Amino acid sequence: MNSIAVIAILLGYLLLIFAVAHWAEKRKNAKFSKNAVVYTLSIAVYCSAWTYYGSVGIAATNGLNYLPIYLGPVIAAPLWIMILRKIIKISKVNNISSIADFISLRYGNSRIVGAIVTSVIIIGILPYLALQLKAISETFHLVTNTPLERGIFNDSSTYIALALAFFAAYYGTRYVDASQNRSGIVAAVALESALKLVFFLVIGIFVTFFVFNGFGDISAKAATLENFDSLNTIGGIPQALNWLMLTVLSLLAIFMLPRQFQTMVVENTRERHLKTATWLFPLYLLIFNIFVFPIAWGGNWIFQNQNVNPDFYAILIPKALGHSWLEILVFLGGFSAAMSMIVISSISLSTMLSNNILIPYTALGRFSRKEQETNSKFIVNLRRLGIFVLIILAFLIYKLLISDYSLVSVGLIAFVIIAQLAPAFFGSLFWRRGSKRGMLSGLIVGFIICVYTVIIPYAAGDFSDPNNFINTGVFGQEWLRPFALFGLDYLDPIPHALFWSLLVNILIYFAVSVSFEGNYRERNYAEMYVDIDKFSASHENAFVWRGTAYRKDIEKVLTRFLGEERTDRAMDIFNRKYQIDSNQELADSRLIKFSENLLTGRIGTASAKILISSVVKEEKITLTEVLKILEESKENIELNKKLTETSRELKSLSEQLKSANEELILKDKQKDEFLDTVTHELRTPITAIRASSEILLEDDALPEELKKQFLSNIIAESDRLNRLIDKILDLEKLESGKQKLKLAEHNFSNTLNLVLENLHQLIQNKGIQVSMNQQKDSIWRYDADRITQVLTNMLSNAIKFCPEENGQIVIEVHENEYQLLVSVCDNGIGVDEHDTKRIFEKFYQSENQNLKKPIGSGLGLAICKNIVQLHGGKIWIQNNENQGATITFTLPKINEL
Amino acid sequence: MKKILIVDDEPNIIMTLEYTFKKQNFQVFIARDGEEAIALLQNEIPDLVILDIMMPKVDGFDTLNYIKSQDALSQCKVLFLSAKNRESDIQKGLDAGADAYFTKPFSIKKLVDQVNQLLDEH
Repeated sequence: MNSIAVIAILLGYLLLIFAVAHWAEKRKNAKFSKNAVVYTLSIAVYCSAWTYYGSVGIAATNGLNYLPIYLGPVIAAPLWIMILRKIIKISKVNNISSIADFISLRYGNSRIVGAIVTSVIIIGILPYLALQLKAISETFHLVTNTPLERGIFNDSSTYIALALAFFAAYYGTRYVDASQNRSGIVAAVALESALKLVFFLVIGIFVTFFVFNGFGDISAKAATLENFDSLNTIGGIPQALNWLMLTVLSLLAIFMLPRQFQTMVVENTRERHLKTATWLFPLYLLIFNIFVFPIAWGGNWIFQNQNVNPDFYAILIPKALGHSWLEILVFLGGFSAAMSMIVISSISLSTMLSNNILIPYTALGRFSRKEQETNSKFIVNLRRLGIFVLIILAFLIYKLLISDYSLVSVGLIAFVIIAQLAPAFFGSLFWRRGSKRGMLSGLIVGFIICVYTVIIPYAAGDFSDPNNFINTGVFGQEWLRPFALFGLDYLDPIPHALFWSLLVNILIYFAVSVSFEGNYRERNYAEMYVDIDKFSASHENAFVWRGTAYRKDIEKVLTRFLGEERTDRAMDIFNRKYQIDSNQELADSRLIKFSENLLTGRIGTASAKILISSVVKEEKITLTEVLKILEESKENIELNKKLTETSRELKSLSEQLKSANEELILKDKQKDEFLDTVTHELRTPITAIRASSEILLEDDALPEELKKQFLSNIIAESDRLNRLIDKILDLEKLESGKQKLKLAEHNFSNTLNLVLENLHQLIQNKGIQVSMNQQKDSIWRYDADRITQVLTNMLSNAIKFCPEENGQIVIEVHENEYQLLVSVCDNGIGVDEHDTKRIFEKFYQSENQNLKKPIGSGLGLAICKNIVQLHGGKIWIQNNENQGATITFTLPKINEL
Repeated sequence: MKKILIVDDEPNIIMTLEYTFKKQNFQVFIARDGEEAIALLQNEIPDLVILDIMMPKVDGFDTLNYIKSQDALSQCKVLFLSAKNRESDIQKGLDAGADAYFTKPFSIKKLVDQVNQLLDEH
């Protein structure tokens, strides 16, 4: 494909990425940008062009050695919940915006630590950035069939690099506060991670299933190549040790590479996203690696005896077979991998460069003379300039120094250098005694060993010359051979360098830290880091500071960076958080820490400290005092936590009591209502009896006929009274569980027919038509008297509610293997929807008309419900579609009853 | 002849009241609930209404409110006769505007005296 077409496609692709970044930046608070999957995909910036092309290269030439780079992160992933969570908490609490800030803050918020860490990182990462540019440039020339250009201005990859710098500078520095989330960049990187995976899978599937006949075919063919077996087995202990060291290396890198720190920590928006990343990220790596082996060995087979660069098999294979669209796809995937790495790394490096070297060493003076707007602009421009300078430097390194190296070797060297930060970094999380002096000595010595064991030899180039110092050692001292220090010659150069540099680094860090105590500030932050969970809610309390400081002075400093409005707002928040009177003149340690935090994202931790301390007067505190104060504040925090917990418990207890009380009140009210209704119901027949008797007693002239009427009324009302008392007692027995069922096997249709016979007269009197579905003889286990009572009640109700004319009752009985279902349906007035549940409560009277008298005693349905429930069944009522209501109950087949 | 309206849903109680007041030379009207009572009041203006409270459909209070709302019935006395016999029930009944409140069970003699007293008042 010609250059113009490729450039056009590339431009279109870049526009797409920019558009996504723009869109995500605009909708900052949308769910999309705060999503666990997006977070995980952004972490996959780990897979750079080196993964995309280099893994294939190393698998093709060194066999299984490509695996450890992915094993490390996979092994590390479960640790994230514990370690990364802690790192994120510390970083969020302290507004940390880079790994240099993270380390320098812990070791006494020291300017020199920040500067040295930044320098080490830049030295390590710049060639790695160069490597990405190299990958873009070489694949570009490969795809366009143009020769590699040694020149700078006539090479189109120069302009691609510049475009990337513009993108990073524009979206990476939108906020003066570097600890803020960059949604646009994160979204773009996540998209690129998704695309590079998809494109790599496409070429993998193409090679495996279209060029070859599946995995088996490739390995069968590859097995005929010489080397295959020796490369693809782990050969003995030295090889295993090499593997182990490489795994450790990548395990450390996933925590400490600046781009990983940026995406995993600084851009983390929710702690819980970690949970998803813990499984999704290893899965991503796994999927990515499925096709590395087939592409590598497929390439080896196709290009045997041809001199091609195995790094680019993924492009060369489709090219050789004439699939130019596949070529472009692979190229775009590799471009995505390189681009996201370049963008994220350059942003984080430039933040470090500005916050840890340029500002603290050169710009602090000018800030105090200028206003907020100028200062913010200056900081942003400084970072933008940083991004350009870094990318241009990387480009120069590529052009002038590393164009001949394979992708993997340069990447691994970067890893080894970054790994020198590991002792200080992990020490900060777990070890309180680690000191600035210890960490600096370890880091510097470790770095020097790296320089000697990898950087110089690789820079010197040719390893094969027997007279070279690599093979003879410096000054002819064999034990100083850079690839075999002290005669350790069975490790490969990279594992070898890692082993010695890290070992010495750790030993020195440990020994110096133990021998020389750090100052109180180091110890202060050590406690804060190690015990972050205790301090995270009010970390300002954990900051020990004594001296004289005026709020006015501090506010003045803040204004220069935040502007007046935001300073006022921040102070307001602070006052409210610690309930401090805004008129107070003196500042305390909490305000100092709070103010440093406000500045940290903008100018870095060290500069923040320097600026604040320039307007306050600090008194020296001894280490013992610091520890004492910290202990007290820890106890206070603990105590506070306990108090909060106790008060929460008390609150929940009081709520429980309240609800229990309410329940009691309700029960009491129900009892009152019940008594009210019972007495009313009892008084009604007594009233009739009393009145009739009085007439009989007083009125001698009462006609015989009426006398008889009144007497029979008295009898009827007495019977009614008695029935009522029976029912009340019955219900009480059922409800309290004193009534036991007399269960036996009965034929249900017999029971039903008996009830109908008893009610025959009533039904006839009202002229009601009763219909029934086909009855089967079936045996069920129940208390016949009680079920008779239920049926009688249901039918009596139905009869009562049927209209005077054309009354209809439909009885249906259904059964399956689990239960019997009986329903009685009438065509009466139906029930109020509101009442369908409560109608089964004793003496229930419709709520909205509570003075109206219920028809009947008001106990029948309550008794029915109790009987049915004792049988393990259910009873309910519902209105029919057209007219009337249906009461239904079920009787389960329960043998254990 | 004085007119009296008896509103109650218990037939056996109605029977005793009907007999008693007929014997006292009242013209007696019967209603089995508030609805029937209101229907009856469209045509008749009784001198006194004996009114139960707990009844289906329209209860005693609603019936009382109806009577109070009609100008034509302004001279009509109302006597509550209810099994609700708590102090608070009685107070509530009188507050609603009843002229007297009798609790069930009741003495016929005392009820007759009360009715006569109410009718003699003017």
